[in-house]
Amino acid sequence: MLSIKNLQAKVEDKQILKGINLQVNAGEVHAIMGPNGSGKSSLASVLTGRENFEVTGGEVLFDGKDLLEFSPENRAREGLFLAFQYPIEIPGVSNINFLRTALNEIRAYHNEPPLEAKEFLRLTREKQKLVEFDAKLTNRSLNEGFSGGEKKRNEIFQLAMLNPKLSILDETDSGLDIDALRIVSNGVNKLRSEKNAFIVITHYQRLLEYIVPDFVHVLYDGRIVKSGAKELALELEEKGYDWIKEPVTTASV
Amino acid sequence: MPAEPVAAGKVFRYSFGSLGQYIIIMANNSADILEEYSDKEYEFGFVTDIEMDIAPRGLNEDTIHFISTKKKEPQWLLDWRLKAYQSFLKQPEPHWQNFELPKIDFQDISYYAAPKSRAKYKDMNEVDPELIATFEKLGIPLSEQKILAGVAVDAVFDSVSVATTFKETLKEQGIIFSSISEAVKEHPELIQKYLGSVVPHSDNIYAALNAAVFSDGSFVYIPKGVRCPMELSTYFRINSENTGQFERTLIIADEGSYVSYLEGCTAPKRDENQMHAAVVELVALENAEIKYSTVQNWYPGDKEGKGGIYNFVTKRGVCRGAHAKISWTQVETGSAITWKYPSVILQGDYSSGEFYSVAVTKNKQIADTGTKMYHIGKGTKSRIISKGISAGEGQNSYRGLVQVGSKAENARNFTQCDSLLIGDRCGAHTFPYIESKNKSATIEHEATTSKIGEDQIFYLNQRGIDTEKAVALIVNGYAKEVLNQLPMEFAVEAQKLLSITLEGSVG
Repeated sequence: MLSIKNLQAKVEDKQILKGINLQVNAGEVHAIMGPNGSGKSSLASVLTGRENFEVTGGEVLFDGKDLLEFSPENRAREGLFLAFQYPIEIPGVSNINFLRTALNEIRAYHNEPPLEAKEFLRLTREKQKLVEFDAKLTNRSLNEGFSGGEKKRNEIFQLAMLNPKLSILDETDSGLDIDALRIVSNGVNKLRSEKNAFIVITHYQRLLEYIVPDFVHVLYDGRIVKSGAKELALELEEKGYDWIKEPVTTASV
Repeated sequence: MPAEPVAAGKVFRYSFGSLGQYIIIMANNSADILEEYSDKEYEFGFVTDIEMDIAPRGLNEDTIHFISTKKKEPQWLLDWRLKAYQSFLKQPEPHWQNFELPKIDFQDISYYAAPKSRAKYKDMNEVDPELIATFEKLGIPLSEQKILAGVAVDAVFDSVSVATTFKETLKEQGIIFSSISEAVKEHPELIQKYLGSVVPHSDNIYAALNAAVFSDGSFVYIPKGVRCPMELSTYFRINSENTGQFERTLIIADEGSYVSYLEGCTAPKRDENQMHAAVVELVALENAEIKYSTVQNWYPGDKEGKGGIYNFVTKRGVCRGAHAKISWTQVETGSAITWKYPSVILQGDYSSGEFYSVAVTKNKQIADTGTKMYHIGKGTKSRIISKGISAGEGQNSYRGLVQVGSKAENARNFTQCDSLLIGDRCGAHTFPYIESKNKSATIEHEATTSKIGEDQIFYLNQRGIDTEKAVALIVNGYAKEVLNQLPMEFAVEAQKLLSITLEGSVG
């Protein structure tokens, strides 16, 4: 589904991705871990096409198409979803109106007619229930005055509504208490299928107890320095990141 | 909006600006209607019967005599005009505004234009392409585009039948809705009693000028206890011709009555008169309510601001009786300079005033707008919601006065004044003035300034929404509180207008 080859990118003059290689297939969940500043969130930004991030080399294929050629909105329409680490507040725009606009824009891209109001509401109710999202929040302004946990849960609700092929969860666990973490994880687990895939970016192994990954990658200094099965996360939890840093330093000398 | 005015299958568009007032019926099978109305002269006396001529440029007492004679006005009105002219001469131009006032040569204006609309251009090729692009986006038919842009057209056709239907309905309820000129003849007692009673002829230099030379305008009287059954607007006081740059509107709501009045048009309208100094007076008696909504989208000039209209309007309402209510709602997107402060004098006890405003400035547009709320009666309330949006190099100022007199026990005011910036070359300014002479008054003022952030745009992009739609969504969300005050169809048009106005402002 997603094939990243030797991806390099910089922000202003700082090289932040120094050759990322990653293959994600349908049905898989990949966890990306690593210390602060290693490039985890930058990878998410580059993949989703955030301005200021300049790709300096490599390629990214998404279902065989050159992802980097697409505008940010078209990447989303192609089925790439980012659950933001810091979801944005937009006053006066109701959550539901926003979602309907988004959904219909995506449908229009695929030459599908807009969803009828009735059908849309049915879908909303179904997904709300699935991810345990408070119905009261759907009519409020987008993320405005939401608590940290509510914002994160709203991201998962949006994910459920838009039904993307590949979802990147950028530190979705940060700032969540244990109950919220469980609800968010349950939501993701219910949405997992053979047809979609997830990239879960996190600092902590804790989230991976709930969303069990097929693969774990360690990102350090703009490169994936170690990949393994889910047990790798436990090892990281135990030993910290220092032992990962060693070989890189040595290797680059 | 009034009840469906035209037969099914016909698309109905209207324009009801301070300038040309006309109605156009774009009929799918329009040949018959076209024929029927294209060469029809007015039958109902909306337009005063005047020869086709133009007053020579310049302003002096002769000009005023000329206008008054042309309009066959009574002596008292001529006297009033002359008094106004004297006070115009005495007043300096104001200097407190937050922009540089362009030099206006009052002697270089013709104060009486022939009422036939004169074409400015021979064909569409001569019109600013930006303007045409906007017409296209608004989905305005070509024939109408020409009228709006001031291009010569073969036929301007008005719907006399629509007007008649409405007039009948209104007449049954005793509602008077006519041009001021007509009202001067038909209801001189009302005009004499109320004209200039809210905005005196000496109020300010532009109001004085208006009183001296006003061409025409609308008059509304709602009798006691009558709730006007439709939204009133000049668009069915049919008059395809320019009322000129000095329009005057007078609305009187008698005890316990209600009226909602619409002014303006979402389509950008070009006009050869650069400066407009209109006057609007509202009088609400005991328990009466007047709701006045404006959508103003006059030509803002090209990207450099050339050729745009200066809109210097004096709008004021008075809640004369207890529990009266006046509400102003405005969406201002056009004009090179918009300079106006729709105000309410809260004279009656427990009367209330509201002001809801969205003002957009882009390119080199300037808006210095806001409101004045004068609390005189006890228990009076006012509410001010102002939403400024600045893009490009636009400069947007909110200027508001809340004045509480010594007898206004327990007066309350709430003001919320927000500014939204798009880009980093525009400006937003807030000038609140609060004067209270009564300790029991409660006055609240809230102000925010925000910027459409790249983060917001990216967030929406990431959900499949392109940047133009994202800006539209954000701006409409921001202005929602004001747009909600507009009558339904008007609100939808205004929403669309905001989106189109700001197209291309980001990125």
